[in-house]
Amino acid sequence: MRNTLIALLFYLPALTQAQADSIAKDSLFADTVMNKDAVYHRPGVWNEKLPLVLGGYAEGNTLYAGTDGVTEGLQFQMRRFTLYTYSRLGRSLRFAAEVEFEDGAKEINLESAFLDLEFIPWLNFRGGVIVNPIGAFNQNHDGPKWDFIDRPICATELVPSTWSNAGFGLHGNFTAGKSRVTYEIYITNGFNDEIISNKKNRTWLGASKDSPNRFEENNNGMPLTSVRCAVKHPLRGETGISWMGGVYNTFRKDGLTVDDRRRMDVFSLDHTLSTNKGTRLLIEYVWVAVDIPETYTQQYGEKQHGYYLEFTQRIFNRPFLQFEKSCFHAGFRYEGADYNVGTFRETGGTIGDNIMRITPVVSWRPTPETVLRFNYYFQSEEDILLNPPSRTGAFLFGFSTYF
Amino acid sequence: MIVAGFTACDKLLPKAPDNTETLDGPIEGLSPEQLDRFLRGDAAFAEVFHTGNGLGPIFVSTSCASCHPSDGKGHPFSSLVRFGQNDSLGNTFLAQGGPQLQHRAIPGHTPESLPSNAPHSLFLPPSNAGLGLLAALTDLQILGFADPMDADGDGISGRPNYIAPPVFFVPTFIHQYNNGKFIGRFGRKAAAIDLLIQTVNAYNQDMGITSEFLNTDPYNPASGSGPGDGVPDPEISRTTIDDLVFYLRTIKPPTPRNQGDTEITAGKNLFVQIKCGKCHIPSWTTGVSDIQALSNITFYPYTDLLLHDMGPGLDDGYTEGGAMTSEWRTPPLWGLGLSPNSQGGEYFLMHDGRAHTLRDAILLHGGEGQDSKNLFQLLTEEEQEQLLKFLESL
Repeated sequence: MRNTLIALLFYLPALTQAQADSIAKDSLFADTVMNKDAVYHRPGVWNEKLPLVLGGYAEGNTLYAGTDGVTEGLQFQMRRFTLYTYSRLGRSLRFAAEVEFEDGAKEINLESAFLDLEFIPWLNFRGGVIVNPIGAFNQNHDGPKWDFIDRPICATELVPSTWSNAGFGLHGNFTAGKSRVTYEIYITNGFNDEIISNKKNRTWLGASKDSPNRFEENNNGMPLTSVRCAVKHPLRGETGISWMGGVYNTFRKDGLTVDDRRRMDVFSLDHTLSTNKGTRLLIEYVWVAVDIPETYTQQYGEKQHGYYLEFTQRIFNRPFLQFEKSCFHAGFRYEGADYNVGTFRETGGTIGDNIMRITPVVSWRPTPETVLRFNYYFQSEEDILLNPPSRTGAFLFGFSTYF
Repeated sequence: MIVAGFTACDKLLPKAPDNTETLDGPIEGLSPEQLDRFLRGDAAFAEVFHTGNGLGPIFVSTSCASCHPSDGKGHPFSSLVRFGQNDSLGNTFLAQGGPQLQHRAIPGHTPESLPSNAPHSLFLPPSNAGLGLLAALTDLQILGFADPMDADGDGISGRPNYIAPPVFFVPTFIHQYNNGKFIGRFGRKAAAIDLLIQTVNAYNQDMGITSEFLNTDPYNPASGSGPGDGVPDPEISRTTIDDLVFYLRTIKPPTPRNQGDTEITAGKNLFVQIKCGKCHIPSWTTGVSDIQALSNITFYPYTDLLLHDMGPGLDDGYTEGGAMTSEWRTPPLWGLGLSPNSQGGEYFLMHDGRAHTLRDAILLHGGEGQDSKNLFQLLTEEEQEQLLKFLESL
């Protein structure tokens, strides 16, 4: 058996390539796929021809950016190298996992590792390390699927992509007329006090990702609840609403109460539309509310919100070089976030700390699983006092590919 | 070709603001080694403190840059309250948390409250621009403008604030010893003798960060817990302190703008004519400094670094060192027109930000500034505008 597995590991890349070549154009964006199922909609996975699938994706890019006349020059970045594995353990039993190496090996994360047990289509159990279903992007974040090199700001700075945690829950889907409805509900370990005490000097849920203990212990014993419901209509696309919330702070130590229980809640509304004409539209809005002690600094906002609108269109598809199924896309993303919604106690004036970015993009897909991307973005960022904004421009060129 | 392409992209990236429109950046003439140290200090200035690296347990702000955005003046959000002293005999509220109120606390801790009967004053953070040039002046130069008894009868009697130094203070050739005290030149009441003292106190009192100079966290005496935020002390190194002091010493001075403008030239003449320059001394020249870029430099801060009685309107009933409660150190006027760029688009002037326009600030002058204020009010509307334009150009 061991020898068979080893042989499979060596044989898999070739096999995966064979599968990839058989995939219809734009099949990664098939309009029948919903965000919840993104983890299973990967090359080599949906075919389910093997007892074990090993695949992955990688993405790298060049960056030439400048802020207010200061540039670090030309940079080369290997942002991600991700391995995913999938195994069908039985007729209604599946296991999937993903390990991500970021920036070389600066960060190594077990992004997901869960068991799916299907009872009936609308009732399934999932347990392990789960990608919390908040917003559209957090679950559906594979680089090769997107024409943009940078992930959306509100999907990284507000919802900390890729946010996952140990826990379990239920998910399922059913049809309602022409539409398909999915739901997910999980309880997992949650966030920690660092979301309001961190190097960014602002409320930042991503600070909890740095905790080395988050997969083994819950800092306060209170579960984080995540819920997402989505409806997909064959013509109108998928609309999702999601919520993630719970007590984040360590209010108890060794049985002694040392602080009040403080909640954080994230709400997200998203809409995804893909057409067979190569149009993709993605809109997401995120609202964050965090209970912060009144005697703390207003540097850390009690409310945050952000949004992005992403539009790409297949310009044409034609054989190019030796690639029979290559196609070109163009589009843009407009996004913004206010990291601190509120007014100063001292003056009543508006608190700043916000950002706006626009990113036009062109991309070429020599194959459906590989994309070469050229992005430019212009970004304007205001500090907490709303002083004159710092302005950043950046040129990015890079690739992302499944393998 | 790709490299050439990216290099060509430079032209499409956002440009730097004009040097005259910013307050941060190094003074001209630093060596590569000094520029490297300047950048280390800049990084220390921007460092954010939190519960993981020593913030608090009680504090005012989370970083130097929070109080002095882009090295400019601060905003009421980062204002602080000093309390506990109303005469030259010293602070009588030290056991109750004086001399500075830490009105914020990390989660799980209780910040200080102002004792009901404590004399107090609200201070806004000043700009850091050109501090090194002011620090390079000798005490004798400052004393040259002092006239404590108003011997010349002009109604202006600037005097130095003599401060008892902390144990770690090391006098240099610029300092004049006076009965165990030295001349203070930094801070609203000129209570800090040099930039090391200013820096160490700001780390400790503003952010709750300990160093080898002040190795105890501030704490709320009313909480009964004593000092301690769970982070081993000292929380920053001597190297970081020294780099930051170097940074403060080598920030460039503000550059006056539009100096060829006839309105501004007229305003400059009016500034002298109505005797503003009696306290806001326009120009100084440094002597020898251990940093070559600070040696023998003529600069234009518009201050005499001395205390002046500003009258009952600006008397908060609180003081520091040997200053009277109505006495304030003449604030430098350089960079005045750029204040809104660090104060959120508005003016917050005077020690506590009570003035929201330059005109308001002038009209708040009393005491030794009363004559100049009266003369300003006698100017025509056009002349007043010329004077205000001149101040905005600094």
